[in-house]
Amino acid sequence: MIKVNGYPTKEQVKTKFPKIEKLVKPIAIIECYQEIPCNPCSTSCPVNAITIGEDINKIPKIDYDLCIGCGSCVYSCPGLCIMLVSIKEDLAIFQIPYELLPVPLTGEIWSGIDRSGHQICEANILKTLKNKQSDRTVIVTVSVPKEFLYDFSTVGCKL
Amino acid sequence: MRIEKHPILSFEKKPEIHFTFNGKQLIGYLGDTIASALHDNGIMHYSNSILEERPRGFYCAIGNCGSCSMTVNGVSNVKTCMTELVEGMEVVSDTDEVTIHG
Amino acid sequence: MDKFDLVIIGGGPAGLSAARIALEAGLSVTLIDRSISLGGQLIKQTHKFFGSKAQYAKTRGIDIANILINDLDEYKDRLHILKEATVVALYKDYVITVYQFNKYFKIQAKSIIVATGASEKVLAFENNDLPGIYGAGAVQTLMNLYGVLPGKEVVMVGSGNIGLIVSYQMIQAGVKVKALLEASDHIGGYLVHASKLVRLGVPILTRTTVKKAYGKNKLEKIQTVELDEQWNYIEGTETEISCDALCISVGLTPLHQLLSMAEIDMIYVNELGGLIPKLKKNYETSMPRVFACGDVTGIEEASSAMVEGKLAGLLASKSLGFIHPEFELLEKNLVEQLNNLRQGPCGVKIRLGLEKAEVNSHD
Repeated sequence: MIKVNGYPTKEQVKTKFPKIEKLVKPIAIIECYQEIPCNPCSTSCPVNAITIGEDINKIPKIDYDLCIGCGSCVYSCPGLCIMLVSIKEDLAIFQIPYELLPVPLTGEIWSGIDRSGHQICEANILKTLKNKQSDRTVIVTVSVPKEFLYDFSTVGCKL
Repeated sequence: MRIEKHPILSFEKKPEIHFTFNGKQLIGYLGDTIASALHDNGIMHYSNSILEERPRGFYCAIGNCGSCSMTVNGVSNVKTCMTELVEGMEVVSDTDEVTIHG
Repeated sequence: MDKFDLVIIGGGPAGLSAARIALEAGLSVTLIDRSISLGGQLIKQTHKFFGSKAQYAKTRGIDIANILINDLDEYKDRLHILKEATVVALYKDYVITVYQFNKYFKIQAKSIIVATGASEKVLAFENNDLPGIYGAGAVQTLMNLYGVLPGKEVVMVGSGNIGLIVSYQMIQAGVKVKALLEASDHIGGYLVHASKLVRLGVPILTRTTVKKAYGKNKLEKIQTVELDEQWNYIEGTETEISCDALCISVGLTPLHQLLSMAEIDMIYVNELGGLIPKLKKNYETSMPRVFACGDVTGIEEASSAMVEGKLAGLLASKSLGFIHPEFELLEKNLVEQLNNLRQGPCGVKIRLGLEKAEVNSHD
């Protein structure tokens, strides 16, 4: 249970994903499982796809049809709990927030890590992005085999 | 041990500051407190407790607890976590003497 | 002896926010802080803040400190800042003793806002005084302010937000966090912080605590033990973990000493971290024209401390005859912000504590 071990079950993870057909383009997956006083994901969204409302403790709701996959919420989330996900053929493409060193480089292969910290697959580093808005949070784009869609959470180290 | 690279902060190399700890020459850097410079030099044992002479290091690093107090330039009970390191400082870990401040 | 209109003790999020509003209202302010730089504990918070835009959410704490400090610049003709100055005494006749640069001196204040913040609690276990056993905040200071590593392999005790955040920041600095121990049966802080650690391979061990530390003149290893539902050690579950630093993050307690010294009416509220002053609705203590705000009135997040500082600054100014040009709007807005920050499930403890404090403040 997430309150005990710090990571959600696969069933919980799936509740944060849209139907798989929606993932033809990058969609924000918001893994916020707890009501905390926080709303930058919602206020940073340029198309009002994320709603929290007056009570900033509420869990964000996302309208997958409105989300344009811009990534503003990914680097705005202080909890680093948002990523963009899409599916391309047999690959799942993730854009994850990253605040560690070294920063992965395009073309490298890193270990793919699940939510409990275990290595599950290889992850191809496609791109890294860092700009003024992202404020020292790097957005790393990686691809992993599609079967790890609900398992992949971050990259561990260069293989 | 210094942090050389950090994903959020930048730690530039700063000018050296020379000081002594129990007579031993050590090097710290501009902006250090006495406590941070000592820790960088691998020195964690700052003094001994008065009654049982148990080893003492720092605990809070922001001036609350007093665990890091030492004698600095002859003045006792100086909170070394709050005192900026200055060139030529003489830091002594253990003393029974008490200085009247002020 | 120098006399001052308003003396604010403590230049952290609460004190800086109170200063800004009091200056806007027209008061002359003397801000006293014991540290080398203003900002309190914000100056080592490298993470992006929670809350909403009004509390600088998604801005890193280190940058919020600079915003709050720079916000005072335009009033520097009415602002007097004393740094590296520790207030060591507060007396009933509004005399404050300050210790700065090896000298003591006295000043007298017409009014005072106490925003001294909090200190880290300690945990009782065998050899808990060994060098290498540090408060989690201390390690944060060492790393993020001075760029010095606390050790190579560290264990954290306590899964509140500070324990979780500092563990992550140790990983960012290149330290191996071997485990995070939590005596309760669940994680205390925000789960998003916990998830960040777990996916980086840090085991969170609930119902587990540190029983003993080993080492000659500095920490070499610890012994952990599991706890039963009554928080008793479960014999036979002892495990050793080698580490060169142990961080203790078992909560904060208000730095009430100056208030207590002036014999201001205090009350012990467990939910708010310990001894806090009884406050009137305008943040005034039982001593007329002495106000308090921030963690010294009960432990909360820095976001709340900022809002409370503004509110205390606003209401204190009014009590002193300086009505802020936007008083009504500001008061309404700040009260709403505070309620909003506290109204969720994470605010249950705070709301309970504030209720207790209020009931006892009006009897």
